[in-house]
Amino acid sequence: MIPLKELQKGAQGAAYGLMASAAISAMPLLATPVQAETIRAVMHSGLRVLDPVATTAHITRDHGYMIFDTLLGMDEAFQPQPQMADWSVSDDGMVYTFTLRDGLKWHDGSDVTPGDVVASIQRWAARDGGGQMLMDHVDSIEATDAQTVTLTLSSDFAYVLELMAKPSSIPLFVMPTRVAETSPDEMLSVEDQVGSGPFRFVAGDYDPGNRVVYEKFEDYVPRDEPASWLAGGKVVNVDRVEWINMSDAQTALNALNTGEIDFLEAPSVDLLPILQANADIVVENLNELGSQTMGRLNFLYPPFDNPDIRRAALMALNQTDVLASLVGNPEYYSTCPSLYGCSTPLDTEAGAPASLTDKGDAQAAQTLLEEAGYDGTPVVMLQPTDSPTVSPQPVIAAQLLRRAGFMVDLQPMDWQTLVTRRASQQPPDQGGWNIFFTNWALPEVWNPLVNPMLNGRGRDGGWFGWPEDETLEDLREAFAKAETDEARQEIAERLQAHAFEQVTYIPLGEYATPSAWRSDLTGVLHAPMPVFWNLSREG
Amino acid sequence: MLGYCLKRTLAAVPVMVIVALFVFLLLRLSPGDPAAIIAGDMATPAQLARIREALGLNEPMHIQFFRWVGELLQGDFGTSLMSGLPVTTLMAQRLEPTVSLAVFSMLLSVLVAVPMGVLAAWKHGSLIDRVIMALSVVGFSVPVFVIGYLLIKLLAIDLGWLPVQGFRRLSEDGLWAFLEHALLPAMMLSTIYIALIARMTRASMLDVLGEDYIRTAHAKGASERRVLFRHALRNAGVPILEVIGTGFALMITGVVVTESVFNIPGLGRLTVDAILSRDYPVIQGLILVTSGVYVVINLLIDLSYALLDPRIRYR
Amino acid sequence: MNTPSPAAVAGPVPERRWRLWPTHRPGWMVTTATLCLALIVLVAVLAPWIAPHDPLAMSPAERLKPAGDDYWLGSDAYGRDLLSRILYGARISLIVGIGSALISVVIGLPLGLLAGFFRALDTLIMRIMDGLMAIPSVLLAIAIVSLTSASLWTVMAAITVPEIPRVVRLVRSVVLSAREEPYVEAAVSLGSSLPVIMWRHLMPNTLAPLIVMSTYICASAILTEAILSFLGAGLGTETPTWGNIMSEGRTYFQIKPGLIFWPGLMLSLCILSINLLGDAARDHLDPRLQKRGGGQ
Repeated sequence: MIPLKELQKGAQGAAYGLMASAAISAMPLLATPVQAETIRAVMHSGLRVLDPVATTAHITRDHGYMIFDTLLGMDEAFQPQPQMADWSVSDDGMVYTFTLRDGLKWHDGSDVTPGDVVASIQRWAARDGGGQMLMDHVDSIEATDAQTVTLTLSSDFAYVLELMAKPSSIPLFVMPTRVAETSPDEMLSVEDQVGSGPFRFVAGDYDPGNRVVYEKFEDYVPRDEPASWLAGGKVVNVDRVEWINMSDAQTALNALNTGEIDFLEAPSVDLLPILQANADIVVENLNELGSQTMGRLNFLYPPFDNPDIRRAALMALNQTDVLASLVGNPEYYSTCPSLYGCSTPLDTEAGAPASLTDKGDAQAAQTLLEEAGYDGTPVVMLQPTDSPTVSPQPVIAAQLLRRAGFMVDLQPMDWQTLVTRRASQQPPDQGGWNIFFTNWALPEVWNPLVNPMLNGRGRDGGWFGWPEDETLEDLREAFAKAETDEARQEIAERLQAHAFEQVTYIPLGEYATPSAWRSDLTGVLHAPMPVFWNLSREG
Repeated sequence: MLGYCLKRTLAAVPVMVIVALFVFLLLRLSPGDPAAIIAGDMATPAQLARIREALGLNEPMHIQFFRWVGELLQGDFGTSLMSGLPVTTLMAQRLEPTVSLAVFSMLLSVLVAVPMGVLAAWKHGSLIDRVIMALSVVGFSVPVFVIGYLLIKLLAIDLGWLPVQGFRRLSEDGLWAFLEHALLPAMMLSTIYIALIARMTRASMLDVLGEDYIRTAHAKGASERRVLFRHALRNAGVPILEVIGTGFALMITGVVVTESVFNIPGLGRLTVDAILSRDYPVIQGLILVTSGVYVVINLLIDLSYALLDPRIRYR
Repeated sequence: MNTPSPAAVAGPVPERRWRLWPTHRPGWMVTTATLCLALIVLVAVLAPWIAPHDPLAMSPAERLKPAGDDYWLGSDAYGRDLLSRILYGARISLIVGIGSALISVVIGLPLGLLAGFFRALDTLIMRIMDGLMAIPSVLLAIAIVSLTSASLWTVMAAITVPEIPRVVRLVRSVVLSAREEPYVEAAVSLGSSLPVIMWRHLMPNTLAPLIVMSTYICASAILTEAILSFLGAGLGTETPTWGNIMSEGRTYFQIKPGLIFWPGLMLSLCILSINLLGDAARDHLDPRLQKRGGGQ
């Protein structure tokens, strides 16, 4: 047996050795690496779903704009403009020819081909409501030569360019054929994140839900025109953009205040005064049109498969309380009875119950519930807890629904989980749901063609909630074919009245979404979503 | 000696088997279909059937268990529902922040708590002793996040001395950046440890100070300081080690909360994210790994007792 | 087993009585802790009568009000009264704390008795307990809650499961030393039935250490519940628990720190008082019991 003293010495020796080696290994770390120009941003949510076609989730769309480019882009006057391609239209308006511009490359170095565009349109059109509508009028989409794609209509359709240039949910992102051939029902994976956009996805640094890193794509050739919304040159002036997720609004705010991050997409309005008091921080509305918050019922399962019970929910809810909880400061919100948003071209009050923009009508809701024979089936309400722009709606809505006699089962989860879960068509007690809330930038809802909720195609092709509604589809069709603004307005009003009667969805008011950034960032682009081209850091 | 080590190491095996069995049963015995839980909310019937097949849910329980343990031993902890990445990859990504923070907190705790405990023991019964002991009860009782927010308010927001949140990697951003960002979370995390270690140090110092050889040392004219540090503290080392071992579970709790408060991308944040998204494979993996670490740490501590105190070997 | 001496057999079974009330005057700390805890219990019991508002009633127009006449501590982000929510929060905390302590004793005591008394069961039970103890308690609780839907019962179960091994270990160690006592051996050799031996002779020995242990479990359970709520894995966010209030208050920490500090203060006071009382009980009932507090 070794004497104790020796052993102790040995142990000490080993400990010193460990400490020394730790110190040595720490030495080179003291040197600071050369700093590339990095923008650190905190977005409204963490990124976990990487397929901007499979989901309308905004964070995934924003991710799409980083790494993918779009065929066309909408400018700030809401006009479609060329982006990857320019176009020409035949005199009869039936044939659209898109010509790809020179120098378009995928991040893996290969060239963008018209075949890629065709495959991308097909995958997009399988999921997007506007795309589906477009395809109903399309005879063929073909790659006609090395630079061009030809789209031939089978019947009149005036919205081709608007739909292909639509800025949001779901934009027409162009992907390599290999990626675009993924079944629309399957999710794109990390390996599929190859685009031709201004930034490259850094797969090695991707930490789902926590951090995603983009690097400038050196081979990207921007257009010459100045950037305007999503049109014009996407000139990248920084080397690297990091999106860091901070589930705690307070943490994110303080990080911006102290300069640990550069950009905060969605600070809580309650906390804006703290940011506004800091001279080094700019607080501004990038999306001037504002956003609509809304609730969606699941048409597939009780109780909301019953239109009367849906109507009871509509009567029970009200915009005043939701907006006050969501935004707080009345300067930043307003009630709005229009499904298409207020101060937009189609703004209308048709069919909206007066109680919606007032205090709700619990009495009427209760009566409706009784008449409909509501049996107390609990309403499964999805409640995101990690984002100030979507957390309050369910809490206040649960209270309002309960007041009207509903049983509500609030299920807390993070927003990314909600995004996954709302896609489930299972019964509510088996991983499905009855009601959830989300928000849209107004350009995403401002007409019946782009508004995802007004899709009436049911289980296959409809948006989460899946109403099957032929009248709705007929009216959308009529809208697409209408020739004059008056006719469009008239159809839009009829459609909205019908949608309120069916409670296709419940608009809960409009609010502004100011963003905040360090004042050394210049050229932050006004667009319906945050984009990271055009901006640069001073000095 | 070797025999003792071997015996203790082997004794850890059944513990891990029980842990694995427990995690296994937790999923199997919970209400609902394990395949549906594993597959998540969006699963199609075809996917469910595939998972049921892969898990061998149609086979007897014990076969399922051995198959699953076999996969674990090969390092296959399954795939995260939310991200589709292997659980092991996710955990590996998050390992560094958590380990560096935990080690830093531990060092901080020992550096603060041991002198406190020695002081309390030396001035036994005095006001200082009572203040230190009262502080330790408070440190033990005030929840870690309450302490965290007090510290943030004071040191980061009001005084602006330290960053409010965030994390810098020791391996990427260097020691200074790491320390600057980790100090506040480490302070939050170590409060309870300081309370525990100070108490334990005081108690074992008091024990030792009463023993004969200390009196002998005094009688031989050794200085007060020499007696305290050379003779007494050295022998109080064993109980301090024990606190570190038993405190591991506290550390896990602390890490989960601290990382969520300070937005540190470590295993704790992974845990919270996994709970909120009901990402069961990740939760399962985290439980297995932390329990494994707990067992190993306690094993190492047991072995080092034996090294420091030969009497233990003969127990 | 040794043959008991006739005297031991004939002699009366010694009964150990524990003084549950201190014979000397308690220190000011213990007095304060007792008062503090009594106040919290009182508040919890009387919450429906003393709370100035309905803790669930939202009035968005009145959100984030500062402390004032109508809202003594101000209102939260949904215009709910903070004071009322905190008062009701005391109920949940105490129910969970006391409930978990009771359940873990009810389950742990028989297991410990069995393990201590039967060599054959000892290994089995203790291995299982070792395994359970190796799983960090909060993670275990989280896993249990995440697999079921959170209700008061599941949360209590989730908190209790990791505490049971502590009780079992304690009871077992007491039984192991008690069973060597002559009066127990005597009872065994006299053929007393097993339940009698367990209940009359072994169980009373465990009473004092169990009282101390359950105070620590109570404190620990209250804390764990708060942590679960704080992390979003506890009772539904509407339920007024201290952890939930703090969790929601995180966003508004800078403009309304009271949302974290008031419930934090209550939580800290509650745990501190229980720990202090536990310490006092330990010193009083069983000075040899190893210090192992019930905090975090």
